[in-house]
Amino acid sequence: MTLLGIENVSKSYGDVHSVQGVSLNLNEGERVALLGHNGAGKTTLMRMVLGLTPLTSGRISVLGQPPGTRKARTAIGFLPESVAFHGALTGREQLHHFARLKGVKRAVADDLLERVGLTHAMNRKIRTYSKGMRQRIGLAQALLGKPRLALLDEPTSGLDPISRHEFYDIVDDLAKGGTAVLLSSHALTELESRTDRIAIMSQGHLLANDSLSNLREAARLPIQVRVKATAETADDVAARLGGTRVNGASVALEVQQEGKVSLLGQITGLGDLVKDIDVTPASLEDLYRHYSVPQQEGK
Amino acid sequence: MSTIAIARIELLIARRNMWVFTSLILMGLFSSVLTLAGGAPTGTLGIDPLLIATTSITTLSVYLIPLIGLLLSFDAIAGESERGTLALSLTYPLSRGEILLGKFIAHLMVLGFAVAVGLALTAGLTIWKYGSADLNYLPLLKLFVTSLALGAAFLGIGYTISALAKQTGVASGIVIIVWLICVVLYDLGLLGALVADGGGTFTKSIFPWLLVANPADAFRLINMPTETVSTLATGLGAAGQASGFAPQLASLLLWPVLALSMAWAAFRRVEP
Repeated sequence: MTLLGIENVSKSYGDVHSVQGVSLNLNEGERVALLGHNGAGKTTLMRMVLGLTPLTSGRISVLGQPPGTRKARTAIGFLPESVAFHGALTGREQLHHFARLKGVKRAVADDLLERVGLTHAMNRKIRTYSKGMRQRIGLAQALLGKPRLALLDEPTSGLDPISRHEFYDIVDDLAKGGTAVLLSSHALTELESRTDRIAIMSQGHLLANDSLSNLREAARLPIQVRVKATAETADDVAARLGGTRVNGASVALEVQQEGKVSLLGQITGLGDLVKDIDVTPASLEDLYRHYSVPQQEGK
Repeated sequence: MSTIAIARIELLIARRNMWVFTSLILMGLFSSVLTLAGGAPTGTLGIDPLLIATTSITTLSVYLIPLIGLLLSFDAIAGESERGTLALSLTYPLSRGEILLGKFIAHLMVLGFAVAVGLALTAGLTIWKYGSADLNYLPLLKLFVTSLALGAAFLGIGYTISALAKQTGVASGIVIIVWLICVVLYDLGLLGALVADGGGTFTKSIFPWLLVANPADAFRLINMPTETVSTLATGLGAAGQASGFAPQLASLLLWPVLALSMAWAAFRRVEP
């Protein structure tokens, strides 16, 4: 079931075109990562879905409702980029307040505080919180009332690696429960295994919108293979495989997907000459650059 | 429900930010001092001591209540917009009207509480000094109710400025200017016009209405019933009373409605 439908949406501020002709759908239980440079239009797109910013053209529907309606807002959980709260309130008071606004029991809010690991600090004023702790409160309020659609804008900024891991566990649980999750991030490596689909925006345009494996296939970025030999044998290995010698004792090769298996066969055929092999497919970072950089350079 | 939730959190914030405490100290201190010192010039002349006290407090409230109202409200929309908390609130299922009303209820409660404590101190001190016999409490009650109306009007004006200014720094500057105009410069301007007119058409038919159009002046006129006291206090009263009680009351009741409507209209246009 499509929970969020974005059809040919554009937003202009005078001559500045923040979002141009973007179409994107999110289905139940889907985790979609929205990638893009600063100013690519990610936040503007989210704000339009939330009904905070009016559309210049196009159409958005949240569970079949126009954005900003009471029903649409009830269905959405939102975590803004660099989330802010009133510093004079404690974490618990702030979350209870949001629970009241969403019509959720306060016990649920307390459970969420535990879920995001803030129970120990819930009676402290928010102004004493670290950025990571404020981000956790932000995540907790976005989870209130089991949203059908979660919009998370740069959710892991300010979180340490362990917290990031915990954060994605929570996102996974949300998606398993049927929530459609749209999250934007700069931290590309952490998204690779944690999302079902990648949408790449640049200068207001949506340049790619597919699963990671499909994007890889379409981009045809070479797989990097590094064969470790010894200082004496490296030149020999490089000559036989047709790669270039690097770091004294290793040989670097590039190969397309279809040539990977035969190359690996060739390498194993070298027997004792080979000490180790590293095979690295194109990373999300490479893909992101592949899809977004030509657009940037073209303008 | 959302309105109550907003009012509740705003009250909590006002308590934490010492706004409640500050308003309370201001009103309590001034009411006590004026009650104790206000009777000094009259001695035991047989005038109701409570009337003397309320007259003194009215003069002061004309300045203090608009000030407290504006101080409580100038940050309400601009501050939240600047901090980024407004955008998040607006993604919740509640309307801007509910947010505004919730804040208004909380701020009016803070103001009402401060005024009530001040007036209770006045009543208490008067009874302690003069005994409770022959005291007329009606002016005290009138002062309380009209103070709420005056405060509500300036809360609304403050929200309007807050929504239009979009920045707390700018809003704080504008509210001070508005306060100066409403409680000081407006009256001075009218006084100047009166002098220049020398008892002509302006004095007789336009001035009373201009005076009552300012909620602060309407408040003063309602709470200074006798021309003598009023004239002594302001120099404007005698001619001002020409408009009568009904327009004064209408001004005090319409201003909060008008100001809050303006605030709502301005708030609706704010893109957080």
